[in-house]
Parts: sequence; C-alpha cells; structure tokens
Amino acid sequence: MFPTPVEKRSAAIQASYKALLPLALILWLLPLLMVALFSIKPDSDFTQGNLWGLPSSFAGFENYTRVFTDSAMPRYLLNSVFITVPTVIGAVALSCMTGFALGVYRFRSNIWIFFMFVAGNFVPFQILMVPVRDLTLNMGLYDTRLGLVLFHIAFQTGFCTLFMRNFIRALPRELIEAARVEGVSEIRIFWYVVLPLMRPAIAALSVLIFTFIWNDYFWAVVLTQGVETQPVTAGITAFNSQFRAAYHMMSAGSIIAALPPVMMFFLMQKHFIAGLTLGAVK
Amino acid sequence: MSAPSDTDQRSWWRRNQMRAAPWLFLAPGIAFFALYVVFPIFQSFQISLYRWDGLGEARYIGLRNYEDLFDDPAFYTSLWNNVRWLVLYLLAIPGGLFIALFLNQQVRGIRLYKSLFFFPFVISQVVVGLVFAWFYNPSIGLFNPLIGLFGFSPMNVLGNPNTVTYGIIAAGLWPQVAYCMILYLTGLNAVDPEQVEAARLDGAKGWPMLWYVILPQLRPATFIAVVVTVIGALRSFDMISVMTNGGPFGSSRVLAYYMFEVSLSEYGFRMGYGAAIAVILFLIMLVYIAFFLWRMWREERGY
Repeated sequence: MFPTPVEKRSAAIQASYKALLPLALILWLLPLLMVALFSIKPDSDFTQGNLWGLPSSFAGFENYTRVFTDSAMPRYLLNSVFITVPTVIGAVALSCMTGFALGVYRFRSNIWIFFMFVAGNFVPFQILMVPVRDLTLNMGLYDTRLGLVLFHIAFQTGFCTLFMRNFIRALPRELIEAARVEGVSEIRIFWYVVLPLMRPAIAALSVLIFTFIWNDYFWAVVLTQGVETQPVTAGITAFNSQFRAAYHMMSAGSIIAALPPVMMFFLMQKHFIAGLTLGAVK
Repeated sequence: MSAPSDTDQRSWWRRNQMRAAPWLFLAPGIAFFALYVVFPIFQSFQISLYRWDGLGEARYIGLRNYEDLFDDPAFYTSLWNNVRWLVLYLLAIPGGLFIALFLNQQVRGIRLYKSLFFFPFVISQVVVGLVFAWFYNPSIGLFNPLIGLFGFSPMNVLGNPNTVTYGIIAAGLWPQVAYCMILYLTGLNAVDPEQVEAARLDGAKGWPMLWYVILPQLRPATFIAVVVTVIGALRSFDMISVMTNGGPFGSSRVLAYYMFEVSLSEYGFRMGYGAAIAVILFLIMLVYIAFFLWRMWREERGY
C-alpha cells in the first residue's frame, strides 16, 4: 500500500485525515454545489442579492417541476433516450462481432483492420464533420434521430471493437478449441460459447457508451436542429435562452440534463470503472 | 486442396468456415465504419481543395484554402490556444495522481468519497461549461469572493481575452483530473505490496518511493492518462461553445471550434476552408495516433 495507510499512523494524523476528506470534497465540488444551491432558491433571492446564503424559502420542488411543465425539457430528455439507447444496442452488437472476429481468428490482415478501428476512434470529429453532414443530408436523414444514431453507432464501433477484442483475447482459448474439436460451427461457438462469457464486457461497454452518447454535444448540433430531434445537451441552450438570467431555473435545468448519466454511474459503478480503466493495469 | 465434388452449401460452409467466419462477423462493423469514418477522412482532404458553400457547385482551387489559412490571424490564435490546451491539460495527470494518492486509504466511507470525486467526469461537458460559466460570472459567481479571500481583486475571467482560455481550460481540467484519478486509483490497487514493503525496509519513503517504486508500476495507467488527455485537449469544443462561443473577439477559439464556426455558423458556410482546418487538426492528432499504434504494435508482437 502506498502511501502508508493512515491506520498505521498516529491518532492525530488519522483524525486530521478524516477531517480533511469532507473539506477537500466540498472544495472539489464547489462549482457544482453552488449550482445545486441556486436550483432550490426562489427567484426573489437573486433580486435581493441573497446569492450564496441559505434559500429564504425552499423552492426546489417548484423549480424542478417548472423545468418539466414550462419548457421543452421533457421532449429533449426523451430525444436523448431515443438517441442513446439504440446507439448502445447497435454499437455493442456490432462490436461483439468485430471483437470476436479480431480476437479469435488469426489471418493476415487482422492487425491492420484492428488498427483501422483503433485509429478511427481517435480521429478529431472535425475531419468527419463536413462529409458526414453531407452524407446524412443526402440520405434524407438530416435533422432526424436516426441519422444521429447511425453515425454514433459507426463511430463508437471503433472504441467498442478495441475493448471487445482485448477482452476476448484474454478469454481462455481452450474453450473455443474444445468446441471446434467437437465440431461445433463457428457461428454457434460465437453464440453459445463466447457471447455468454462476454457479459461483463457488454455491461461495462453499455454503461460507458450510454454516458458518452448522452453527453454528446458536437454531433447533436451538427446533425440535428430543432426541438423534435435534439438531445438534451443541445436543448439546454434553448432552455437557457428561454429562462435568460433566471439562474434558479437554468440551474435546475442543467442538473436535470446531467442527471441520467450520473444515476447510471452510481447504479453501475463497478462496470463503469471496469470499462474506463481497462488497460490501466497490467 | 479438396476437389469441390459436392456443391451442397452446408458442406462448403463446413470446409471454409474458418476462413469465411471472420469476414462474416466483420462485415457489418467494417461497412459502417468505412462509410462514416474512413471515407469521410479522405473526403475531407478532397473538400479542402475546393471552394464550396455546402449547397451549390464546388469549385476546385488547389491549395488556396491552405494559403489563406496561413494569412489568417484567427487561425494562429486558434492554433496557439490549442498549444495552451495541450500543455495545460496535461496538468490533469499529476493532478489526478495527487488526488488518487490522497484517496488511496481504507477508512470508512472512502468508496463514496472516491465516487464523488470522480463524478465530474460523468457530467456532460456542456453542463460543466455552464456550471463554470456561472461560477466565474462576476455578478453571481462564487469565484470572485473566493479569490477575494486571498486578496485578489475581482475579475471577469471569461470576458477578458487574456484570461478566457485559462478559465475554460481550468473548467476542462475538472472532469479530466477526475478521469486520471480513477485511472491511478485502479493502478494503485495493483501495485505490488511486497515491492513496497521491500523498499520500505530499505528506508525508501515519500518522494523517492513514489518516483522509483510506485510510478514505474503505474506506467500503464500513465500511458492511458496521457493518451486520453491529449485527445481530450485536441477535442475541446463543447466547453468553448457553451462558455464563450469562441469570444471575446475570437480570443478563446481553438482549431476544433474555429473549424465549426467557418463551416456552419452565420459567418457563411465555407466548407472547403473548414475542411482545410480539419485537415491540419487531423495531422496534429496523427502524430499521437501513430505513436499509440506503434506502441500497440510492439506489444502485439509479444503474442
């Protein structure tokens, strides 16, 4: 263990460590805590200059209700769901197959195809922007959720393939060899032997991709325009111009927009971190 | 070589499935990836040689877009800001390591602390940008009273061309430090306790211990932290768009943002010029991609 565990240090050090933890956390999350505080304040607090003090009355319930009743926020949230969920399913499905192909079979172009996926995953979005927007326009999918979903699936397949292939590489090869000796066809090996073993990888990837796609902003503004199609990251801009200078409302709206991935993270923490830190340990 | 005596499909599959199966599994993934990622890269190179408004006829102008770029002060501002992003963003790595070392204890509730320290990373950059824009806001933000405690006079971070980029980078560092922290926490978990004990017996502690014993074991985590941080720095777009729209007076633009601005904003749809900026950005990134692939290739040979 490094650094030295505090249990082995003097009582004074232990006590100060335990006191320091919450302080450090408050400092770390200060900007967010400020916004959380804003979101439960009534409008009058802002006009009377009571910015960082306790709310003069608890208006959290009212503010958050208004986000859902007085704005297009529910629509944006729904769009986000309809963009994110199909992308997760599509990208994970495609990459289970590509990861299997690249992880199990030995053929000459294997490594080059793998590198293509890895390299593509690091490419700056801007180099794709003009052609992808044009392609989406030509397919008649500009300003549709489907257009956005198709692109996201394709792009995320790069990262997902990297992830799945490395995961499958680490599985015991004997299982596959044994099945082959038994005369099981390759497709059945994929479906009945490998896929069940990939469950942890599928879970980890799903949570990660959910977060990435939910939080995407760039492609949302490039490929969609209005309230009918835009996800919440893009919609929050429209929301903020509706409630210009109403900081309690803008704060509540931002917190709502940020919440789904946060909940996903706290519910699926183990998978999330396993996915994110793949490769951080040898 | 077996003679194709029976043409029954099932047996063709039987004989050739080892060679056909990988391509069958790869086909959909490769098709999608080629259509949306690989071809567009080449198309962007091509478009950068044209003058095109995105709708009408595209006119071939050779390298004119690149020539214009080198006379464009906004391009240099963006490029210079990209350098600042790249250098300062790397602070996320020691920052993340520092917090990871601070939290690498086993007291009650430490798991919750780790999660809460991490969670800025889970929030979308758009919201992080908004949160920090309000935090810096001179009339409602906590930033000015906070620096006031240390005797600094109030300032308008995002309204001043000299400070705006640093303000945005600081906001960007917040989630990135969290990311590096989680990488290092995982790495620290895997540090060999016997080596640490042995080093302790030799009297190593503090800095030398960290530098000579711990950090070498954290190399995989450091490598990933560098890769994701560099890529994150070059991808910085969301925050700039949300916090300043590139302003004031274009002083917080980076290449990624400037490219978007010339291609798709009200200043006119200059797709060719935008593509040329994207190509420059891509070439910068290519250095890192090549480095990453080269390292991967070296490891793969071990298989």
